[in-house]
Amino acid sequence: MGKRTIIPFGPQHPVLPEPIHLDLVLEDETVVEAIPSIGYIHRGLEKLCETKDFNQMVYVIERICGICSFGHGWGAVASMEGAMGVQVPERAEYLRTILHELGRIHSHLLWLGLLADGFGFESLFNHCWRIRETVLDLFEKNTGGRVIFSICKVGGMRKDISNENLKEMQEVLNGLKAEIKEITDVFINDASVQNRMVGVGVLTKEEAEELCAVGPMARASGVPQDIRMTDNHGVYGKLGFEPVLEEAGDCMARTVVRIREVFQSIDLISKAVDQIPDGPVDMKVPNKIEGEYITRMEQPRGEAYYYAKGAGTKFLKRMRVRTPTNMNIPAMVKTLAGADLADVPMLVLTIDPCISCTER
Amino acid sequence: MSAYVTKSPWVVHYDGSSCNGCDIEVLACLTPMYDVERFGIINCGNPKHADVFLVTGSVNEQNKGIVKQIYEQMPEPKVVVAVGICACSGGIFKDCYNVLGGVDQVIPVDAYVPGCAARPEAIIDAVVKGLGVLQAKRDAMVNKLEVPAEEAAEEPAEAAEEAVEEPAEAVEEATEVVEEGGKE
Repeated sequence: MGKRTIIPFGPQHPVLPEPIHLDLVLEDETVVEAIPSIGYIHRGLEKLCETKDFNQMVYVIERICGICSFGHGWGAVASMEGAMGVQVPERAEYLRTILHELGRIHSHLLWLGLLADGFGFESLFNHCWRIRETVLDLFEKNTGGRVIFSICKVGGMRKDISNENLKEMQEVLNGLKAEIKEITDVFINDASVQNRMVGVGVLTKEEAEELCAVGPMARASGVPQDIRMTDNHGVYGKLGFEPVLEEAGDCMARTVVRIREVFQSIDLISKAVDQIPDGPVDMKVPNKIEGEYITRMEQPRGEAYYYAKGAGTKFLKRMRVRTPTNMNIPAMVKTLAGADLADVPMLVLTIDPCISCTER
Repeated sequence: MSAYVTKSPWVVHYDGSSCNGCDIEVLACLTPMYDVERFGIINCGNPKHADVFLVTGSVNEQNKGIVKQIYEQMPEPKVVVAVGICACSGGIFKDCYNVLGGVDQVIPVDAYVPGCAARPEAIIDAVVKGLGVLQAKRDAMVNKLEVPAEEAAEEPAEAAEEAVEEPAEAVEEATEVVEEGGKE
């Protein structure tokens, strides 16, 4: 037993775009224990929601997180629609699914870039973000925003996306496949990347289930857990969705799951564009919310949970959001124990931490 | 002649309590599409190496000490750019119980970038304006130094004049709010 030292990691750290603090208890170079402390970006967003009516609230909810902002908007809106008991037009559901999957592509490409930056592969980081700009251009063309879209509303969508634009989106994304493959092959086949990731931070299937890991973290350990498998989430039931699974549970498996999900999302968008029916994208909704409703969503980082309880007026009594990173922190702490100090950035990054989601 | 480094301003980035939107736009500035490296700007993780401090998001009780600490660790001369409406005033979150307000509540800010999320073009514009402020601050510091007699004789009088006049103008210009961002 060596002497124990504590190394503070964060909140300001080169590999972290967001602040999270970890106290790493070390014996020589090995991490014995990691003690996370959060709260640096807590804003009190759920409380703020109580002072806004259901139309204004969507703008606040979207700003839980700038990376999966569309998903958060959709989740909150779906929970309020559920409480009202309305069923939005089918075209709106298709558009939401398409934009949500587009958000997943942008989120995963962003994350792949950050991961490459984390192990010091600068050019790979730049290539991932270069490809991501094409996706952001599609967003800007169709919704008007690069990061925050504010296109989802209770009862449907604020504006329609024309069929020509959807066809163009399909073409651009299919054209992007070859370019993405070129980059992701480096992640999978490059020896220097493999040295950093294969066999590092293994989370077994039992551990993943026990620690309630969600999203790509759970799927990389072989847990078939994906909310998109259920029929009542968007139109995934009509698109023939199958979850992406890997068995190894190490950093490489988590990366491969996300890489395969990028291609899967492109295929899902392609199918949705082929199937999308014509019709209205918006409908009239009641002017008050009564009762309560729970929605579950598959965000790029995993399962998110939205609970809305109406106050019988335009306002909500309670809006509760539980985000995926929150659920993955116990699994991250588990993989950190026993890891090498040099691997800590990789282990923190491979859960795809989104701290602003976690703390809201 | 300058006693301080004059090229390649390095930036350090800290996320106050933003939603990530501005952070990913700050990072997008570094990547091939916007490519701030053409101005010699590099994102570094260490505040002791940095000249420009990019803060996104508002300050709260938990992080105000950290923002202050990073600012104090940076060597003089230094420039602070508040990125995004949250960093300017608190934005949509200004009524939240845990939000104190803009970054200027804690540290002096030289350039403001409004917008939610701030666009990369606006961020680059603000950083370039911030570099004007940095130059002005640097000149002011050089003026304070005692210049040895022979070197002072070599230096033309204009250069000295410029150094006196420039700071005020440059500061005024750069603290103007970057308007392109606000219109988005």
